[in-house]
Amino acid sequence: MKAKIYINYKDGILDPEGVTISKALDTIGIKGIDGLAVGKCIEMDLDCNTRDQAVKVITESCDKLLANPNTEVYSYEIMEDK
Amino acid sequence: MKLWKINNMKCAVIVFPGSNCDHDAYYVAKKHLGIEVDFVWHKNSDLNNYDCIIIPGGFSYGDYLRAGAVARFSNIMSGIKSASEKGKAIIGICNGFQILVESGLLPGALITNNSTNFISKEIQLKVSNNNSLFTNKYTEQEIIRMPIAHKQGNYFADTELLNELKDNNQIAFQYKDNPNGSCLNIAGIFNKQKNILGMMPHPERAAEHILGSQDGIKIFESILSNI
Repeated sequence: MKAKIYINYKDGILDPEGVTISKALDTIGIKGIDGLAVGKCIEMDLDCNTRDQAVKVITESCDKLLANPNTEVYSYEIMEDK
Repeated sequence: MKLWKINNMKCAVIVFPGSNCDHDAYYVAKKHLGIEVDFVWHKNSDLNNYDCIIIPGGFSYGDYLRAGAVARFSNIMSGIKSASEKGKAIIGICNGFQILVESGLLPGALITNNSTNFISKEIQLKVSNNNSLFTNKYTEQEIIRMPIAHKQGNYFADTELLNELKDNNQIAFQYKDNPNGSCLNIAGIFNKQKNILGMMPHPERAAEHILGSQDGIKIFESILSNI
């Protein structure tokens, strides 16, 4: 089982990297972008037997270390082995 | 050594993998204040013998994930928490401030500078509260000079927390010209009990004329005069 965890700034928190990259794309002539956010993507290999167990591991990891609840939010997707 | 004998004060400088201002802090405490100082490796957890704890600047654990995020799980943090509960003086400088914020010993967060650049320069600070263990040698509103050197020093707190910091007089220092986007120009804050100070500027790098400023030494002298 694998998971992808996405961590982004909360709404209202300045994302200076996002602003800089957005301006750079505009500078090189790429139009049609109305906002851009830079976050982190963490890929995790899980040694879990059930999806519930995986969710528990992921949320505990995010709540305790991976995301800062003051400034960040997280989401995740779980890919079960075929 | 005279001061140490009078005060019998002992100071710990915490060392994490990646700390790089530990020797500066040690030097200031030892040579200028004449107190007994030890480096304490982060894997230890016993700080009972120390009256003052300095968490120095640097890049603990390479600033991976977020600055200070991994260091807060080191063994030493239990010793720092317990020292805090006993009311001992704890000062976190730069990365030390980031660790204190990540560990929840100080409120808020330190995010990337609004310019996205690493900023290394001398700045001017206003002493916003001189009624503390760390700032009593300054006059209120005194303007002082010391260097900053950071990329994640942009202090963030929501409106509710900012009001709380103001109401409790927890704002220690504010930038005269905000270099990084910090809310309310905040450069340093205390905890509610005011025995913990976290600040992004480097007082240990402003302790001798040859370094361009001596304004930082008063923080260490303030601590010394109170213990």
